Amino acid sequence: MAETATPSARWQQAWAQLATVLDPEVPALTLVDLGIVRELREDADGGFTVVLTPTYSGCPATELIETEVKTALAAYQPLRVEQRRTPAWTTDWIGPEAREKLRQYGIAPPSCLAPVVGANVQPLRLHESIPCPRCGSPKSERLSAFGSTACKALYRCTACREPFEYFKPI
Amino acid sequence: MKLSNTPAQRYVLRIADAALILSQRNAEWCGHGPILEEDLALTNLALDHLGQARALLTLAGKLDGLDEDQLAMLRLEHQFLNPVLFELPHGAHGERDFAFTVLRNLAASVWFGLLWQRLLHSSDAELAAIAEKSAKECRYHLQHATDWTLRLGDGTEVSKAKMQAALERLWPYVGELFEADAIDAEAQASGLGPSWDSLQADWRAQMESVLTAATLQIPKDRPNAHRGRHGQHSEHLGHLLSELQYLQRAYPGGTW
Repeated sequence: MAETATPSARWQQAWAQLATVLDPEVPALTLVDLGIVRELREDADGGFTVVLTPTYSGCPATELIETEVKTALAAYQPLRVEQRRTPAWTTDWIGPEAREKLRQYGIAPPSCLAPVVGANVQPLRLHESIPCPRCGSPKSERLSAFGSTACKALYRCTACREPFEYFKPI
Repeated sequence: MKLSNTPAQRYVLRIADAALILSQRNAEWCGHGPILEEDLALTNLALDHLGQARALLTLAGKLDGLDEDQLAMLRLEHQFLNPVLFELPHGAHGERDFAFTVLRNLAASVWFGLLWQRLLHSSDAELAAIAEKSAKECRYHLQHATDWTLRLGDGTEVSKAKMQAALERLWPYVGELFEADAIDAEAQASGLGPSWDSLQADWRAQMESVLTAATLQIPKDRPNAHRGRHGQHSEHLGHLLSELQYLQRAYPGGTW
């Protein structure tokens, strides 16, 4: 993602710092876990550029995320933060470890790869049953296709009866 | 506010305003949804459209050094270029008619879906990138509107009658989504985006398939009589803007 041929020690320190920033809405994951950080560049003037990608067009956390990145990397001036819209962010960028962190936090991770935007925009069917992140039962029921944030739906486990959030594939 | 009003700027503003005004209308359900899940759903849809509008307004404003807020909050009614369909209130008599909301969202999400698809190939890299993101979000909108159309259209006698009545009210406004004019022709020629009339056949086919499955009768087509895309609006847009723009009008430059 952000590898250069030979990353400098300073770049590695900056990257380690950047990798600690948590997502404000899903604080179980870091911005790097979520794939929001697309690139960290060491510039010719000794400063750094961070390239971020928004998860949803209307994500209200976009500005907050930018502020938190600036705070974390305050020691690496001049610091620039850029937004990059393409390729569009997808839940496929959430890696296996991050998915497990999500599950342990109580949010069911995306159940499938996000369908590619093909020749036609088709309605996206949410699965009727998602494995419960708490008790592991494969049976659940959908309570609401939309949830507390744009990226989530609401389900309830039919075994342990606990409601849980589901990170929708996009 | 003075705008350059180049064909390219107007082309982008038409799409931006369609998203912004539809967002404002769907947001009117906040706190008023027939069930809690619909409150969540409609405000989520509104948020996606608002985000899309912000990106598009930012793009449209670049030419004149104007930002998204200035374009959204300080333009006058005749400077908004959305088709009239998007500004219509949910009910004919001031009530919120959920049937109309669902059918408008169906018409809109099929239309947006086709438009985003074509804009993926826009000669403007930023517009293509906005479309790439929006096309993904649009699928959830389409799912929501399709599910409700089927459930209510092919539902009880009451729900079916309400859906049919709402469809009759909506249909005279859909023609404006497919009118071609010089602005479209220029966008098509420059590769900025498709002429809207080229979306009509696919839109019609997708709508027919859902509406027929929902056992609804498609109303007779009428020639388009609406010119929202030229800045000539119904009496409803002024009221909508008085709410949308209230804060910046009352407290110019106010921030928090």
